[in-house]
Amino acid sequence: MKNLKFLVLPMMAFAMVSCGNDKPADASASTSSTETSAATTETSASSESGQYDPKRGLGKYDESNVDVSKFDAAMAAEGKKVAEVKCASCHKPTEEKLVGPGWKGVTTRQTPHWILNFISNPDPMINVDPELQKQLEICLVRMPNQGLNDTEARQVLEYMREIDGAK
Amino acid sequence: MKIIQLFGISAFASLAFLGSCKPKGTETAVSGDAAEKVYVAPGKYDEVYNFVSGGFNGQMNVYGLPSGRLLKVVPIFSVNPENGYGYSEETKPMLETSHGFIPWDDQHHLELSQTNGEQDGRWIFANANNTPRVARVNLKTFRTEEIIELPNSAGNHSSPFITENTEYVVAGTRFAVPTDDMNGDVPINSFKENFKGVISFIGVNKETGDMNLSFQIEAPGVNFDLSHAGKGKSHGWFFFSCYNSEQANTLLEVNASQNDKDFIMAVNWKKAEEYLKAGKGRKVKTQYAHNKFDESTQTATSKMEQEVTVLSAKELKDICYFMPTPKSPHGCDVDPTGEYIVGSGKLAALIPVHSFTKMLKAIENKEFAGEYDGIPILKYESTLYGEVQKPGLGPLHTEFDGKGNAYTSFFVSSEVVKWDIKTLKVLDRQPTFYSVGHLMVVGGDTKKPYGKYLVAYNKITKDRFLPTGPELTQSAQLYDISGDKMKLLLDFPTFGEPHYAQAVPASLIKDNQVKFYNIADNKHPYATKGEAESKVVRQGNKVHVYMTSIRSHFAPDNIEGIKVGDEVYFHVTNLEQDWDVPHGFAIKGNQNAELLIMPGETCTLKWVPKKPGMWPMYCTDFCSALHQEMQGYVRVSPAGSNVPLTYSLNNKADNAKSPVKTAVTK
Repeated sequence: MKNLKFLVLPMMAFAMVSCGNDKPADASASTSSTETSAATTETSASSESGQYDPKRGLGKYDESNVDVSKFDAAMAAEGKKVAEVKCASCHKPTEEKLVGPGWKGVTTRQTPHWILNFISNPDPMINVDPELQKQLEICLVRMPNQGLNDTEARQVLEYMREIDGAK
Repeated sequence: MKIIQLFGISAFASLAFLGSCKPKGTETAVSGDAAEKVYVAPGKYDEVYNFVSGGFNGQMNVYGLPSGRLLKVVPIFSVNPENGYGYSEETKPMLETSHGFIPWDDQHHLELSQTNGEQDGRWIFANANNTPRVARVNLKTFRTEEIIELPNSAGNHSSPFITENTEYVVAGTRFAVPTDDMNGDVPINSFKENFKGVISFIGVNKETGDMNLSFQIEAPGVNFDLSHAGKGKSHGWFFFSCYNSEQANTLLEVNASQNDKDFIMAVNWKKAEEYLKAGKGRKVKTQYAHNKFDESTQTATSKMEQEVTVLSAKELKDICYFMPTPKSPHGCDVDPTGEYIVGSGKLAALIPVHSFTKMLKAIENKEFAGEYDGIPILKYESTLYGEVQKPGLGPLHTEFDGKGNAYTSFFVSSEVVKWDIKTLKVLDRQPTFYSVGHLMVVGGDTKKPYGKYLVAYNKITKDRFLPTGPELTQSAQLYDISGDKMKLLLDFPTFGEPHYAQAVPASLIKDNQVKFYNIADNKHPYATKGEAESKVVRQGNKVHVYMTSIRSHFAPDNIEGIKVGDEVYFHVTNLEQDWDVPHGFAIKGNQNAELLIMPGETCTLKWVPKKPGMWPMYCTDFCSALHQEMQGYVRVSPAGSNVPLTYSLNNKADNAKSPVKTAVTK
């Protein structure tokens, strides 16, 4: 846990700086500046505090605190409600891209912890995660932090698994 | 006419003074390290929030100190097109009064809530001078939450000063007027018999801050000017300066300056509470608006109250006493110990300091010099602690640093003078540029001033800033008062015209800020929680649009079937749940303003289309790289046409992926 803090803090600090840059920039400018900052971050992340783990993402969730061994249909139903308020404006449950990518297949591409970390605190991960960097080039809108609490994030994950056929 | 003449005289006086004082330019006034002391590096925060009265713009302006950077303009008594305050359906009720909707007022004084005589950072209160009102702003959201109108009053000047636990906010009338249950259609020369000076005590709920008009005191028809509550030993008393003890009603700058002394009125409000409980008040039929903003529904309501209880100072002899004070007193300030009451005669060449202990003794020993309209007058010598001799010209206001020093502003001689409360000796004087009115020490009217900074709020700024036509910016000047001598650090422009201000260390407020409204807690009756809920509903000629906004689109983004003669209500819910991501909403030709909707909030704009056509709407607040794309159209058809009411998102022929939906008709 201590190691984790070391990893997160410098990155958080960097994230805030680059996030501040993001707002006034227009689409074309933000693409190139994001590329530059991503490269810098990866370097600094590896030299200062070890590698960014693209399987786990950046945040408090990992195998030790989230049990995903069983699918929970009740949680998925709650997650659908949360998603309709906070996520459905930009994401469809199909493969179709709206503002952001469609959700179908996301649980096969990313680990549960990566998803939980990203949806509950997107900004720092957008800055460093190679997959998210690629996605930002397509979508051009940084995913907003929708203030999901622990329960809501877990419920949304379960809904995503349901979309991908979990039973 | 009176005002023009007064202004003429004061302007002449200050100009004349400027001539003689001019050599003290910036070169000598500012010492070498001033810039360093006010420099707040990019990304760093200011040390202090400074809340500055908006004067005739009716708002409250928030600055950071020591940088002097403007942080926010909080709309209170004037409509604000920037965020739709007073224009949106939710906030219109905030500006309702017994005279109907009033889009403007003159905001003079601010007062932060206190607990045990110390700032608690919860609320700030504001007065409206013209149509008497008192407002409460929540410092978690920097929003006006409540406005209460004051009956039996006019020119709400000695307001909104508070008691040491925010038990009451008071408001004394500047204009004596016939009370609301009297016939106001009387000759002006019946002033002495018909006109009264009424003081209001507004109770404040300890937990919620909710205000209610607890009682009023009917006092003689003088002009109440400023006030401050007792504190510590003098808790339970309130002090009000007044002028025009002559009760003149024409050419006041001459006729209200005849008496050598006017008064500070001491009010024993604990005693008044007892009389109130004992049923000694008279119920006065009147009307006054009480407006509240409910954070859960994000909607204000306006209620018209019908009655107020008034205590007569004439009948209840021991609630009010007059302390003679030379000469047309303006400021009325109580030091941190609660012992010294400083009056400042606008026309006096000295500063009288009353002693609370001596005042109590004088009351006990009945050391009266007579009565004024039924109110006992205490002998000047009996309450006087002493006088500061030859401090300057035109003393107005005094603040304290908690180290035994007082700072008084001098309007005519344009300076701030520091003096010792115990010895009454002048310690230091610094020029202001120019004609200072109010001044403020951080926490300077509490039991425990933070000190360190003093700000002078000036009436005239000739030659201080780049000229901007006939009207120049108004200004404030920041002084460092941490040493023996005051040091001028900074000039910064303010909205005109600044009056009393308050300031508080940032740490008391900064971390309590609401960052967004939780959408789950949104109880607005027209909230749209998620795009799936967005819809359009017709009720006769009223059309309610349940709309959402998120980076970077509205839902719906196209509406057809609106007709000329319809009243369209756009209820826009901002679905964002992130700090600092408001969305705007504006539509072409609307005779109103825009909306600025905070994350998780719902706001309503009323739109009455006048002509058929295609009317674009868009988001005004830059929200993402695709902000410019956040737009839509409303098709308006002639009255009586049969275009069906439909709405859609993502419905163009080339990307027709969502169906066009038919609106519901109720």
